[in-house]
Amino acid sequence: MDWRIWSLKKSPWVFHVNTGACNNCDIEVVDCLTPRFDIERFGMKLVGSPRHADALLVTGGVTAQAAHRLREVYRQTPKPCVVFAIGACACDKGIFTTGYHMVGPVDKIIREIDPDAIIVYVPGCPPKPEAIISGAIKALSAL
Amino acid sequence: MKTVKINQPVIPVGPLHPLQEEMECFRLTVDGETVTDIDMRISYNHRGIEGISQSLQFDQVPLLVSRICGICSASHPLAYVQAVEEIADVKLPDRARYVRTIVAELERIHSHVLWLGLAGHFIGYDTVFMWAWKYREPVLDMLEAITGNRNNYGNLLIGGCREDISDDLIPKMLTDLDEIEKKMDMLIKAVTDDPVIHARLKGVGVLTKEDAVRFAVTGPTARGSGVDIDVRHDDAYAAYDELDWSVCAVPEGDVFAKAVVRLLEVLEAIKIIRQAVKKLPKGPVKTNVKDIPPGEGTGRAEAPRGETFHYVRSDGGNRPVRHKARAPSYVNVPSFKASCIGQKLADVTITLAAVDPCYSCTERLAVVDKRTDEVLYDYNMLLKLSREKTEEIRRHA
Amino acid sequence: MNSEELRNKLSEVKDKLIKTEEPVNNRIYLYCESESSYSVNKFLFEEVPLRFVIATGIDGDGCFEILYHYSYDQTGCVVNLKAFIRDYDNPQIESIAPFLPAAEWIEREMHDLLGIEFKNHPDMRRLILSDDWPEGVYPLRKKVTK
Repeated sequence: MDWRIWSLKKSPWVFHVNTGACNNCDIEVVDCLTPRFDIERFGMKLVGSPRHADALLVTGGVTAQAAHRLREVYRQTPKPCVVFAIGACACDKGIFTTGYHMVGPVDKIIREIDPDAIIVYVPGCPPKPEAIISGAIKALSAL
Repeated sequence: MKTVKINQPVIPVGPLHPLQEEMECFRLTVDGETVTDIDMRISYNHRGIEGISQSLQFDQVPLLVSRICGICSASHPLAYVQAVEEIADVKLPDRARYVRTIVAELERIHSHVLWLGLAGHFIGYDTVFMWAWKYREPVLDMLEAITGNRNNYGNLLIGGCREDISDDLIPKMLTDLDEIEKKMDMLIKAVTDDPVIHARLKGVGVLTKEDAVRFAVTGPTARGSGVDIDVRHDDAYAAYDELDWSVCAVPEGDVFAKAVVRLLEVLEAIKIIRQAVKKLPKGPVKTNVKDIPPGEGTGRAEAPRGETFHYVRSDGGNRPVRHKARAPSYVNVPSFKASCIGQKLADVTITLAAVDPCYSCTERLAVVDKRTDEVLYDYNMLLKLSREKTEEIRRHA
Repeated sequence: MNSEELRNKLSEVKDKLIKTEEPVNNRIYLYCESESSYSVNKFLFEEVPLRFVIATGIDGDGCFEILYHYSYDQTGCVVNLKAFIRDYDNPQIESIAPFLPAAEWIEREMHDLLGIEFKNHPDMRRLILSDDWPEGVYPLRKKVTK
């Protein structure tokens, strides 16, 4: 196994990007950090800068104004990195598909600048913290 | 962006700061440590909900509007269905009114406790953060038991509620409520008696009563400034007029006052739910609404952050011709212009958070010197600054 | 002030209005032309006084409508002032933001989404649409010009 992938799988640090979500996925992500779910026991940690991150947690269906910021954050993240599309909107724009201001979904925007990006989908509206943790574990063990 | 005088440092806050229904970009102009001007840019989160809503049928819209804001996902559909019920002149079954009240109040508890945790996090008091979010979980469990989801309940229909509260659930709800009340009591006493929290929150980010009226703020932001408006009381909907509760308002206007209002409301909400569960009338939980006649209607509901207002116009077809939704933060956020100016930089994070725009902007915050475009402080350093201040106060206290 | 006194107070501006309606209890609709909207708004906010809630811009039948929603919190009454802008091709109305800062954002939003021009607005930058959104495309108009 490539040593970079091996080191990515050990205690991934995550950066959280909201690209126009309704907040639900975001509070469930923060819920993962708090006592009942506590993902820090797996070594996962929320960090304040994409430059420190191994994975991006992207929520929301990407609005026109947020798309450029998402690309910029992805460029700044050290590669290889994993992109988690969390929630129905991030996976496929969800209920906002017909909105005039939506340019997503997340995979489309990321693939524009990196066709080989590793993208993980965690559907749900919002996905429960258990689902987010399970998605993360499954994705990391599949790498 | 507004042109800023040269030589005056500007702090861009955002645009990436998750957990907020409106992702804003704040530009704080500072003179040394003091904030002299604030400018805002929103749009990052504009999904065009009013546009989408006009392409959906009346009964599909509640599912859309519950996704305006995940935390207010009972209040927005509640305001919307009330607007449509006003057009169609629907007489609600009694049980539906009570179930609506219970879900709305459970949402209020979870939102206020969530805010308390985040406020603790911003002033470097992570114990409060972890505690508050731990004690919030039983509330989410109760919501899941009633509606089937922890958030985005999708429980409201035009003419009633989708899910009823089963009778088996009621004894467990009452014992759980006692448990939650005990924990909240402990948490509230611990927070309001803490000298460090007093030192960090009292006298900070004052929004005067005059400014509160001028900026037309609502919810705890207004009630913390002594404006005792509360839609649940003024324009009673659901079952609020049949229950015994009081509007919580304090006059000081600082961040501490807003925290006190929210904590008192948590206790009031528990009181309301307990009465509503005990008085829960028998009968159906929804009526069948067939056609929406032409007309226009307004609906209001008191969300945890303030008044949500929905305006719906119908032409007799199966879709709204125009649907306007106003979230409480839309009027609360511009009041930063009054509350942030003159504040110290270390206090700005908590002042911005006091309106409850959730995680506020601190996720990515950078101080840029306009002359050199050089980054002086980033989010972590500002958070450190804020936390060091708490440490210092704690040492002297 | 109870509902009856509120109605009496509102009748002081009757000559500036087209008509007044109260379709259901506690919901009052006032109709006026765009020319008198500034003075009626000023009266509602400063003289009555009412709390400003929000404004709604509507692409109506051959004209634009702006609904200013106000709340009277003592009785829970919602007062809606409906202003008609008859000039569809060049919609203009006086801004109320100079005396009512709460209306600043919503006027910028209506300018973005419907292309209504607000005269004397203190700060008419783009608010709600993205930076690269094309000029002159108004998503909430009935015929979206592309």
